[in-house]
Amino acid sequence: MTEVLSAPLVVEFPFTRSLGPVQSAFLTGLRERTVLGVRTADGKVLVPPVEYDPGTAEELRDLVKVAATGTVTTWAWNPGPRRGQPLDTAFAWVLVRLDGADTALLHALDAPGPDAVRTGMRVRVRWAAERTGAITDIACFEPYEEGEATGHQITAHSGEFGGETAVTGIVAPARLDYTYSPGRAQSQYIHALSGRRTVGERCPSCRKVYVPPRGACPTCGVATAEQVEVGPRGTVTTFCIVNIKAKGLDIEVPYVYGHIALDGADLALHGRIGGIPYDQVRMGLRVEPVWTDGGRYPDHYRPTGEPDADYDTYKELL
Amino acid sequence: MTGEFRDVAIVAFAQTDHRRRTDELSEVEMLMPVLHEVLERTGLATADIGFTCSGSSDYLAGRAFSFTMALDGVGAWPPISESHVEMDGAWALYEAWVKLQTGEADTALVYSYGKSSPGSVRDVLTRQLDPYYLAPLWPDSVALAALQAQALIDAGDTDEPALAGVAARSRDAARANSHAQIGGSVPQGDYVVRPLRTGDCPPIGDGAAAVVLAAGERARELCGRPAWIRGIDHRIEPHSLGVRDLTDSPSTRLAAERAGAFARPVDTAELHAPFTSQEVVLRKALRLGDDVTVNPSGGALAANPVMAAGLIRLGEAAARVHRGASDRAFAHATSGPCLQQNLVAVLEGDPR
Ligand SMILES: [Zn+2]
Repeated sequence: MTEVLSAPLVVEFPFTRSLGPVQSAFLTGLRERTVLGVRTADGKVLVPPVEYDPGTAEELRDLVKVAATGTVTTWAWNPGPRRGQPLDTAFAWVLVRLDGADTALLHALDAPGPDAVRTGMRVRVRWAAERTGAITDIACFEPYEEGEATGHQITAHSGEFGGETAVTGIVAPARLDYTYSPGRAQSQYIHALSGRRTVGERCPSCRKVYVPPRGACPTCGVATAEQVEVGPRGTVTTFCIVNIKAKGLDIEVPYVYGHIALDGADLALHGRIGGIPYDQVRMGLRVEPVWTDGGRYPDHYRPTGEPDADYDTYKELL
Repeated sequence: MTGEFRDVAIVAFAQTDHRRRTDELSEVEMLMPVLHEVLERTGLATADIGFTCSGSSDYLAGRAFSFTMALDGVGAWPPISESHVEMDGAWALYEAWVKLQTGEADTALVYSYGKSSPGSVRDVLTRQLDPYYLAPLWPDSVALAALQAQALIDAGDTDEPALAGVAARSRDAARANSHAQIGGSVPQGDYVVRPLRTGDCPPIGDGAAAVVLAAGERARELCGRPAWIRGIDHRIEPHSLGVRDLTDSPSTRLAAERAGAFARPVDTAELHAPFTSQEVVLRKALRLGDDVTVNPSGGALAANPVMAAGLIRLGEAAARVHRGASDRAFAHATSGPCLQQNLVAVLEGDPR
């Protein structure tokens, strides 16, 4: 059994999201230290507000201002905060029904310990010092035991804040960290490459040789396990000319990227084709891999100087 | 749904041994033996299958388009009639059931898989939440389940010893399930997010499952005692957690009603309750008494391959019908935080 390979993999991107009119007013309000809800046709006040009634699907636009104080409806003590969560010391997750609202908002409660938290306790918003128009403009909630429930003191609100620019979108960064393992077939392929050998796998049923192997024959649906060394030479089956420089890639444009059927393989792999002017690359061109010192895979493929392969020899591999 | 429907049954079920890690296997390498096993049970070949549907999520292992790679294990070239849901495989089964209802296919292969080991599933699942109000706070799956558990405790529906009892009963049942990831005596442990302890949470791991569906006489040819799907339906809660009563599951109840679940009593229920507290909610919604055997497989508390654990509930319930251990069973699957979305199926065996 080949040693299983693994490598860190970070998937990270900022999601840019536009807001509907109700969400826009709510997040603009948070920036201005004001909590807005939305009133449904039957008089319920939803906080956080939504664009459509969760019961009737009716469009909601009737904004109201509610209090920045409220009551905990349920809670959960989080002894080990995780990346991205509102506080970096132990805290309580809470659902809070703000005074004037009929529904609850999820956030963090800064409390000294679980014994200081209970359902029904009074809390108030702690505003973030820097606010941008996001749910994180509420830094967290904090205990407010001296504050009696103020009842439903809601007031109508236009959703506008004295000429201040409305928040119309949010950027939500997301990052997930993985330790990726490619599995048996691909681990063996990568291991062989580090010894400058290209090893595919043959399907026991249809006898096709897959390079790189993925562990299964997509035609027969069975495992491919028989190792077959292919190449090193191969034939360009098709190609394209790249004119746009990729970020962080140290290759001059234009360059050629091609599909290469290595001798003995029944599937073409892809690679860069060099050592020849870009406008002279052609289908049928015979190529061989060029390795660099310490490289774990071919840097590129270059012409071997052999006569071009006959179309019939690779037409099934296009 | 009930009414005039084509008779469709689950005729075979297979699953992997669920494990904490499967570093030596790619997704398709993990899945393929299960596909072969489930086909072998029916004597069908890939070419005999009328429709194939799968459920998985690329976010779990962080591998884009992994579901297309997984299709290699089916033998999907030349192209077959195929579909995929970015959901638990129970919803892939629902789609396949609909396809069989249209009459366009008589057999279907349904599979799902999940590899949680490469990533941090608690964090990964935050990315399915409301992107405006919830996702920026990164509330993880245990935290949200704990809020629901505390609401149940406050309402007097359960307490920590009762939750520990659910955990113990599930892990004890799992001793008879060779595929389970954990079983036997498992300590309740420390709080992960209070009031939920380690023992209240599902194990994290990798696994896959597959079932074969067949319609009418075809089902009787392929299986000695088919598990007939007498009704199947799925429903969803409002997406804002603060709008919901977390101690109840109206969507489960409605799905069960539409599936004809309450027409006659059941002897078995396979419930997809990854957290002990969620079993409390489901028992209430499905009106399960003590005479019903709940999660004889150990349920998701014994093995929780995300995206497959719901399909496994349908498979486990069907397998009991196949071997004559059940005559009428509920199978339930869930998706999302705090039982956000729920599917209920009623499975029956022919009278003996
Ligand atoms: Zn083959």
